[in-house]
Amino acid sequence: MKQFLIFVQKEFYHIFRDRKSLLIIILMPIVQIILFGFALTNEIKDSDIAVLDESKDVATAEIIHRLDASRYFNVARYLHSQVDIEAAFKTGKIRLVVIFQNKFRENLLHTNHAQIQLLADATDPNTATTVTNYATSIIRDYQNDLTTNTPLPYQIEPQVRMLYNPQLKGAYTFVPGVMAMILIIISAMMTSVSIVREKEINTMEVLLVSPLKPLLFILSKAIPYMFLSLVNVSTILIVSVTLLEVPINGNLLLLMGEALLFITTAVSLGLMISNVTSSQQTAQMISLLGLMLPTLLLGGFMFPIESMPKPLQVMSNIVPSKWFFIIVKDVMIKGLGFKMIWKETLILFGMTLFFLAISFSKFKTRLA
Amino acid sequence: MQAVTVEHIVKKYGSKKETVTALDDVSLDVAQGELFGVIGPDGAGKTSLFRILTTLLLADGGHATVDGFDVVKQYKQIRNRIGYMPGKFSLYQDLSVEENLRFFATIFNTSIEANYDLIKDIYIQLEPFKTRRAGKLSGGMKQKLALCCALIHRPVVLFLDEPTTGVDAVSRKEFWEMLKSLKKQGISILVSTPYMDEAELCDRVALIQSGKIMSIDSPQSIIKKFTKKMWSVRSAEMFRLLNDLQQYSNTEKCYAFGEFHHLVLKNDAEGMDPVMHYLEHLSHLEIEMQLAKPNIEDCFIELMSQ
Repeated sequence: MKQFLIFVQKEFYHIFRDRKSLLIIILMPIVQIILFGFALTNEIKDSDIAVLDESKDVATAEIIHRLDASRYFNVARYLHSQVDIEAAFKTGKIRLVVIFQNKFRENLLHTNHAQIQLLADATDPNTATTVTNYATSIIRDYQNDLTTNTPLPYQIEPQVRMLYNPQLKGAYTFVPGVMAMILIIISAMMTSVSIVREKEINTMEVLLVSPLKPLLFILSKAIPYMFLSLVNVSTILIVSVTLLEVPINGNLLLLMGEALLFITTAVSLGLMISNVTSSQQTAQMISLLGLMLPTLLLGGFMFPIESMPKPLQVMSNIVPSKWFFIIVKDVMIKGLGFKMIWKETLILFGMTLFFLAISFSKFKTRLA
Repeated sequence: MQAVTVEHIVKKYGSKKETVTALDDVSLDVAQGELFGVIGPDGAGKTSLFRILTTLLLADGGHATVDGFDVVKQYKQIRNRIGYMPGKFSLYQDLSVEENLRFFATIFNTSIEANYDLIKDIYIQLEPFKTRRAGKLSGGMKQKLALCCALIHRPVVLFLDEPTTGVDAVSRKEFWEMLKSLKKQGISILVSTPYMDEAELCDRVALIQSGKIMSIDSPQSIIKKFTKKMWSVRSAEMFRLLNDLQQYSNTEKCYAFGEFHHLVLKNDAEGMDPVMHYLEHLSHLEIEMQLAKPNIEDCFIELMSQ
């Protein structure tokens, strides 16, 4: 027991005395959450648009007002002729130009038919589609308001409700995603690097030639990083609840328990990496390329797994982050209980046992 | 019982196509309480031998025991009773002197206080710096701390792999003084070094070259086996002198040795006069030639050429 305690104490000394790395470990989750939350958002908010209104009547004024009042758009410019359109797009700031035909209201009232042209900057196709959709729906709202007084014979009205995430916030998917990524990096990379460092500075030779048991060695390497990772989970949760207003709908204890399980998976992956590498750089590279990339690409939070080719879908099953991502989404966002996630939990548990079994059986009690 | 026995140990590295034989049929014994030196150039196989004895490597052939325990089957027992200081000093650079020592003491299930008397003489020099990080110590200090860490659990046999490589001359001398005092406490010590001058401080030495042991004996006996006369020669042009001496008909061996060249003649009966004439004939100036006492390095060079 004394051996174990002093070893853990030693590991904490290593962590706390390497101020720069400690700062990175503590700040990385906060920075990433903030980056994903505010900078790298794929939501459309307050996009600058321009208007070419050749009619200038009550109806066009109302539509322009509605566009400007919505949280998606900001009418930045009023254009005066067709020539200005090109110039407006060339500034690079205007995402959409709305053009009303001449005598808009007159046409609408007398012929029951009026036209609005929407020109979007499609250099970024996703944004272009999104802004035109938003604009179309605002215009349709206006049209519906006009027809409320004169009921149509047939009317199908779709009632759409966005469940669990009514405001369609991106944060609802990336908070679980960032959590999975951070935990994989911190737990797996740090654990593997800290073991490999012992090999590099030759202390491993002395530790091997001591009565210290391999199990004790591995445990005392894992525990400090598990602790740090739990700190990270807490900061991520605090930042996302306070700053991004993502609620924790499920049981917090269950969430933390699942996080602890995933941390153990990551740590056991780190142990496995440390068994096959002998330099800190290799350990870092393997952790980054072998764990972070699959987490990002196949974890399901950047790209939906359902729309991937079949082989990639199959491959994604061996990425532990995928299962953790599902668990966090279910517990945190949907507020589901353990009954709904026992399958994913079991898969993670199985993976952890598998990795641990490999690391222990491969642990070298000698140098070669 | 011997502290260490090594019988016909073979160690090979590499794949099946290209094998390098690091240790080739090595046998030796270290008596209890003996200060035993393994002397040889870099790449001779010293570290491989130490790693096999400290149970870190498995030999490809042969048999070895440490304190009566088999290095393969009973490695766990061995790990409880030996102290090992690897080639590069193995300390945690970001832990202080005291933290390093306390860590290694606890790992070996003991405490600094319990075995303080053993390391007292060495540790007393480190004590003023005990809160300093190990990374900020000088080379000699690091080496003393590493020795303390290897000693703190009162090992029966101490393995020191090139402990003085990269350490200044004064610290080296101090270090050997420490080894002598440890020997008095009954600890058997196996030490390797590439420095020939340190060989003479050991009770017995094994000269090792390319994985083969060439001689095991006390330094004095090894020197005694050198029966030929050893001349040291110098002149104003040392480089030309070396070439000329090596081409001389009666030269058996001639090599640079510090300020002089050491010369061994094929036929000692001729004496130094013909050599002097030969050199004067080649118009060397300021020629000095005198009989020298062979030391262990001369013996090593002699053995190497056989």
